[in-house]
Amino acid sequence: MTALTVVVNGAPREVPAGASVADVVAAVAASAAGVAAALNGEVVRRADWAATPLRDADRLEVLTAVQGG
Amino acid sequence: MNPIEDPLIIAGEEFGSRLITGTGGAPSLHVLRDALAASGTELTTVAMRRVDPAARGSVLDVLRERGVRVLPNTAGCFTAGEAVLTAKLAREALGTSWVKLEVIADERTLLPDPIELVEAAEQLVADGFTVLPYTNDDPVLARRLEQAGCAAVMPLGSPIGSGLGIRNPHNIELIVEEAGVPVILDAGIGTASDAALAMELGCDAVLLATAVTRAQDPVAMARAMRHAVAAGRLARLAGRIPKRRYARASSPFEGRSGT
Repeated sequence: MTALTVVVNGAPREVPAGASVADVVAAVAASAAGVAAALNGEVVRRADWAATPLRDADRLEVLTAVQGG
Repeated sequence: MNPIEDPLIIAGEEFGSRLITGTGGAPSLHVLRDALAASGTELTTVAMRRVDPAARGSVLDVLRERGVRVLPNTAGCFTAGEAVLTAKLAREALGTSWVKLEVIADERTLLPDPIELVEAAEQLVADGFTVLPYTNDDPVLARRLEQAGCAAVMPLGSPIGSGLGIRNPHNIELIVEEAGVPVILDAGIGTASDAALAMELGCDAVLLATAVTRAQDPVAMARAMRHAVAAGRLARLAGRIPKRRYARASSPFEGRSGT
């Protein structure tokens, strides 16, 4: 099985071919509550995470709320 | 539940407190929780940032525990495009279409970029967001933001985190006179008298963070701000006396002994 290299929150990360947005969110976030993801600059709705596969060189941002403002 | 006396109404939602707080700069979540409680706030901002797998505890847990409504901001965005994406991520993450819209021009002043701000506001309103823009103390820009469909306008008193207070109270009064949406004084508050002045000038609410979170005693300052906002609001509604050049005795002259 080949691996892909995607950029997650600015850092390169190897993921197995076929990995989805949901897989990577689960790997980087302690909990999916209060988390949102953007793939190549577009929001991916939570309901679509599992059905959205990653491709080589994709840029995934995984954000949550922190103290601010 | 009793109806709220003199509620703050934003986009049809009622709030009993006219103090909106930020969460940035608090030394710990524990202090933040106590400061929020002391402030009496019902609406509080958070920022959206990349997840930190090592983070312990969440500001969201604190807000939930306090029963405070969350208001995500777009702090750190320099373009309309960045701000719109951040707002959409916040909506997805937090389940709210309310956003404190910030589009800043540079890191030294953190002043709003008016061109990008109006562009972002138009896009977000069109996408169904309730937009509360952080804006310059410019009456014309405030008018343009209201025309764009913003649910409030939030002029600065002075730059974010500066504690310089309200540098142009005349402009704040002009914004208040003309606005058909709530005016929320946002940024620059240093101490309680600044917050009271904002309300005396006719602002509907005050948004502050640093003045509380970086005070020597954040919880005590949160309490001070709560009282300052309430006092300023009461004074505005009560109607202050006109300023006079000379004294006007408050005791009668008639009936003095020896006259």
